[in-house]
Amino acid sequence: MLLLNCPNCGPRNVSEFRFGNEYNPRPDPATTTEDAWVDYLHLRNNKLGVQKEWWHHGTGCGLWFLAERHTKTGEVLRTYLWRPDSDSGTEPEVEAKR
Amino acid sequence: MSLKLFREALAGRERLPRMWRQHAMKDSYEVVIIGGGAHGLACAYYLAKDHGITDVAVVEKTYIGSGGSGRNTAIVRSNYLTPEGVRFYDASLKLYQDLACDLDFNVMLGQRGHLTLAHSDSSLITMRRRAETNRVLGVDSRLIFPEEIARLCPGLDLSDRPRYPILGALYHRPGGIIRHDAVVWGYAHQADARGVHIHQNTAATGIDVEDGKVTGVQTTEGRIKTNTVLNATAGWGAIISDMANVKLPMSTRPLQAFVTEPLKPFLNVVIVSGSLHAYVSQSDRGELVCGGSVDPYAAYSMNSSLDFLEGLAGHLLALFPCLPKVKVLRQWAGLCDMTPDYSPIMGKTPVEGFHIDLGWGTYGFKASPICGKTLAELLATGRTPELIRPFRLSRFAEHALVGEGGAASVGH
Repeated sequence: MLLLNCPNCGPRNVSEFRFGNEYNPRPDPATTTEDAWVDYLHLRNNKLGVQKEWWHHGTGCGLWFLAERHTKTGEVLRTYLWRPDSDSGTEPEVEAKR
Repeated sequence: MSLKLFREALAGRERLPRMWRQHAMKDSYEVVIIGGGAHGLACAYYLAKDHGITDVAVVEKTYIGSGGSGRNTAIVRSNYLTPEGVRFYDASLKLYQDLACDLDFNVMLGQRGHLTLAHSDSSLITMRRRAETNRVLGVDSRLIFPEEIARLCPGLDLSDRPRYPILGALYHRPGGIIRHDAVVWGYAHQADARGVHIHQNTAATGIDVEDGKVTGVQTTEGRIKTNTVLNATAGWGAIISDMANVKLPMSTRPLQAFVTEPLKPFLNVVIVSGSLHAYVSQSDRGELVCGGSVDPYAAYSMNSSLDFLEGLAGHLLALFPCLPKVKVLRQWAGLCDMTPDYSPIMGKTPVEGFHIDLGWGTYGFKASPICGKTLAELLATGRTPELIRPFRLSRFAEHALVGEGGAASVGH
């Protein structure tokens, strides 16, 4: 059973949450190219390994937050709130423990 | 086949000859197919049979049919929603009908009829639309109501007691079930007989691309020189495509299924409920083969979950109140590469010589024969057959998606 740590409510059963798919920052529609927009709309990394992704605590506090989860082992490395520097990808990479 | 078995048994031999041989890996092949499932092996078979290309290697990480081909619930049908989908799956079903004869191997196709239940007015409207689309394209499909459903499937609860009562169903007469392992083995046997090399326990570890063209495939058994590669690895497709730097619109989700202990035959049709995310059929051994919707989040793990078992068992009991004491024998999961429009992605990629047969989500097995046939034509001639043009990778950039609302994982 997967437990997710909601930044508001603490560890809860995954069935309380809705998966919001992999983190995929939106390019600025005013300046982006068509290719970059198609990439944003459709293409996914679909990574085997630690993936940064959105979750929504739907039946809890309603918070949207980010998680780093290993897509094979299911291990959740950390969960945190979105910050303006989340888009730039400058946050330190986290390696899975197993 | 049975006569042969009987003779061999009398002759006291230990076993029948192997259905496919083991070959030493060659340095180069004309075509390398990554993924030894029904799709990859079908493509190898039709390459050899229709186009005379036998210098083909099928590279499989574990054993053939170990992925989606052996993990699906073996349902075949063609009652889809989009004209592109209906034409394509219908061509597949027609190939399935002749497959046992073609492969000289009993694939145990049972076209028992396929019922997609409607539990609300809106799903009745969708069923009506599917029935009409199917009928226009020559596929036997019609809307039926509880009186007729009761005759076809007496075990169903057709009263107004359930939370989601059954209002009608889309009846697709040619739909049914098949023995999925036999399809894989039959294709492997006939491809091998025509000279295709099947390399089991050989994982692809890299794809060599020079100047935008494929030049080889790295495997755990050494490098293979080739100019034509097909990636037919379903759930793992994104990992293989990433080796050639091709990014795809797919998200891999596990799909679970379970099978119950054998019961006396009581269910002669395939029952599907989009609203309850459940489908069930009774195998020739009497077991109920039950599947549901994909797991709620993306993952590459094939673990079974109690959440799924509880949820699906509850929904099945709502359909069949006669089953509460039936025991579950085993539960398993397979990986589905879901696309945003529930349609596959087939054909060429920006890398010359690198072809994909992916995005098969929850509907890949039933399309195996036609995928093999059309992709063999593409690999042999370089031209994309009309039947699979709508499923090209470039449709996403062209904003020409094929929204397949008739896929098993789509709720109505």
